[in-house]
Amino acid sequence: MAEPARFDFKKNIAKALKDRQLRKNLRSAMDGLRIKRQDVFDDAREFEELRRYGNAVKERALSRLPQLLEQLEQKCTQNGIQVHWAETTDEANQIVLEILQRHKATRLVKGKSMVSEEMHLNNFLARHGIEALETDLGEFIIQLDGETPSHIIVPAVHKNKDQIARTFHAKIPGAPYTEEVEDLNRIARTTLRKKFQAGQAGLSGVNFAVAETGTLCLVENEGNGRMCTTVPPVHIAVMGIEKVVEKMEQVPPLLRLLTGSATGQRITTYFNMITSPRKPGEKDGPTEVHLILLDNGRSRIYADPQLRQTLYCIRCGTCLNHCPVYTRLGGHAYGFVYPGPIGKILTPQIEGLSAAGDLAFASTLCNACEEFCPVRIPIPALIRRVRNESYAASAAGAIPGHGFRRNLMEIMAWKAWALANSHPALNRLGFKLAGRIGHLLPAIGPLKAWTQVRTRPQFALKSLHQLAREKGVPNG
Amino acid sequence: MGNIARDRILRRLHKAASQAPDVPATACLPIAAYDRAQRLERLTTLMRAMRTQIEVTNSRDWVDRLRAILKNRNLKRLLYSPETEMGRELKAAWPDDPQALPALCSWKGQIEEFKDELFHIDAAITTTRGAIAETGAIVLWPDEKEPRLMSLVPPVHIAVLEADRIYNSFCEIIQAEKWPDHMPTNALLISGPSKTADIEMTLAFGVHGPRELIVLIIDTM
Repeated sequence: MAEPARFDFKKNIAKALKDRQLRKNLRSAMDGLRIKRQDVFDDAREFEELRRYGNAVKERALSRLPQLLEQLEQKCTQNGIQVHWAETTDEANQIVLEILQRHKATRLVKGKSMVSEEMHLNNFLARHGIEALETDLGEFIIQLDGETPSHIIVPAVHKNKDQIARTFHAKIPGAPYTEEVEDLNRIARTTLRKKFQAGQAGLSGVNFAVAETGTLCLVENEGNGRMCTTVPPVHIAVMGIEKVVEKMEQVPPLLRLLTGSATGQRITTYFNMITSPRKPGEKDGPTEVHLILLDNGRSRIYADPQLRQTLYCIRCGTCLNHCPVYTRLGGHAYGFVYPGPIGKILTPQIEGLSAAGDLAFASTLCNACEEFCPVRIPIPALIRRVRNESYAASAAGAIPGHGFRRNLMEIMAWKAWALANSHPALNRLGFKLAGRIGHLLPAIGPLKAWTQVRTRPQFALKSLHQLAREKGVPNG
Repeated sequence: MGNIARDRILRRLHKAASQAPDVPATACLPIAAYDRAQRLERLTTLMRAMRTQIEVTNSRDWVDRLRAILKNRNLKRLLYSPETEMGRELKAAWPDDPQALPALCSWKGQIEEFKDELFHIDAAITTTRGAIAETGAIVLWPDEKEPRLMSLVPPVHIAVLEADRIYNSFCEIIQAEKWPDHMPTNALLISGPSKTADIEMTLAFGVHGPRELIVLIIDTM
């Protein structure tokens, strides 16, 4: 599904908050994910040490990002993996299409990939007559309903089993109506096995790409990722350029951080490391492996030392699970591919502030996201940065669309505030006025957003200063 | 498109990277250290928690043990490799008893010719390269003798592991075996049968990969 024509965050929020079923589904899922995560990171000191390491590995890798990408390209090429570069999602889609057309492939089986969501690849391929089938169970469910993922890790988290039962019964030919989770899984398994067998090409994301060996690492539980990357004769992997790490030995701690934070698992069922296409003598695996490196704004984010920290993200989704806003809204309200705290900082940087800058304002700055982030991204500080840039004057910003919220009313208000606080006489006058008419603050204009849901403040008639003087406390 | 995009992306990155020195590399985290018994214990406990069936046996009895496990399970065919030591031992000790036990069969040709048959085989048995105690997983390096799909497509996967090859951690096996010098086409860690919790976070086993994972640990001590 394409982005909504006009992203109306407020409307989306109101809609999500009114959806009782959604709130209920989210509540139980989010509570469960947080508890499981806590169980697997039960030693606070060990976890701190681990995430300090994760942060250091990402910081180091990004400080050498261009060199590591060149090394990755060189190693992959040596191993027989074909490397492609794409500046935009359009270019990346085009590369995928050309590969598929060269093989006359019309059936693509897909493992879970957020970058492919970023590319809106499925719709693009559908327009060219190619079926791109999601095979991760959660992704499969929402694809049947023509929806987008509402969570990075659990894409169908907004649905309960009754809703899924109805979808399967209506959309899968011959599927009986059942609300048993085991049976629903069996229906998906049977349906998709045929698709794996018949798939002409497979597509996956990449969780980590190792520069020193040219290895693509994939994390999963279901086995669909291995199916997509092993059964069809062609495998296409898409990855954001920030996913490269230096060394193989750095992968285990990152893997532990990822699986622990994402689903509260010590390790997933499968950790799949792919270093080359089928070699002579080998009997299976794709004969062609392609790696598409996607920029889509990342090199611009990279250029700013503070914003660069956005690129540490390993897409575990734990900031979503711990966010008081996400856990009540779910992902669809955010209107773009990446929801929750990470989406609030990443999306405005990729899409520009005028398109997505509002996202950064849906935060209480409670700091939970930073506290749980396995690679210690200072998300609240970055949210404030996005907010500041939304009001920044002229060339002060690094994010496209900076200053989009700048308006005369607020500029004047802050000028008045500065004036009142630097001139004692004005300050005194201000207090007097506040004491007399402050409680009459009207619920109109820009104040409405605040006053309509809060009790109006009662200002004291006399300031503390005045009261003290009346009691005879010496001034000074 | 390709090279222009590459050059432009790299030019931007190089320009930005050159404005600050490289951040120094961090030392590796210490590797968990268990003794032999602890490694075996930890691996068994963690993998069983992921619903893996684990049988500790020895080099003399393992085929008998496997027969006992597979007896009367209505499995028709067991895919194995006649080219491995383990495969030869299996073949030598496998009775022809199609009523009670699956018949042994082997991989034929390239996947393109074998695919349709493979998707109808009930079980496969493979060797392992080792295992990891810390997180509880077996390590596989599939090769021309034991292709990648043997441990994925058949609904039952049986893996044979030598107890001496249980490492403390993933990091340890990478370093001890110098993986970066000779990464294979595909390396795998497997911690249990395939599973999902995508529907209401309810854990269910047996999605696209095997429904069952049986690990036979050959303990010579």
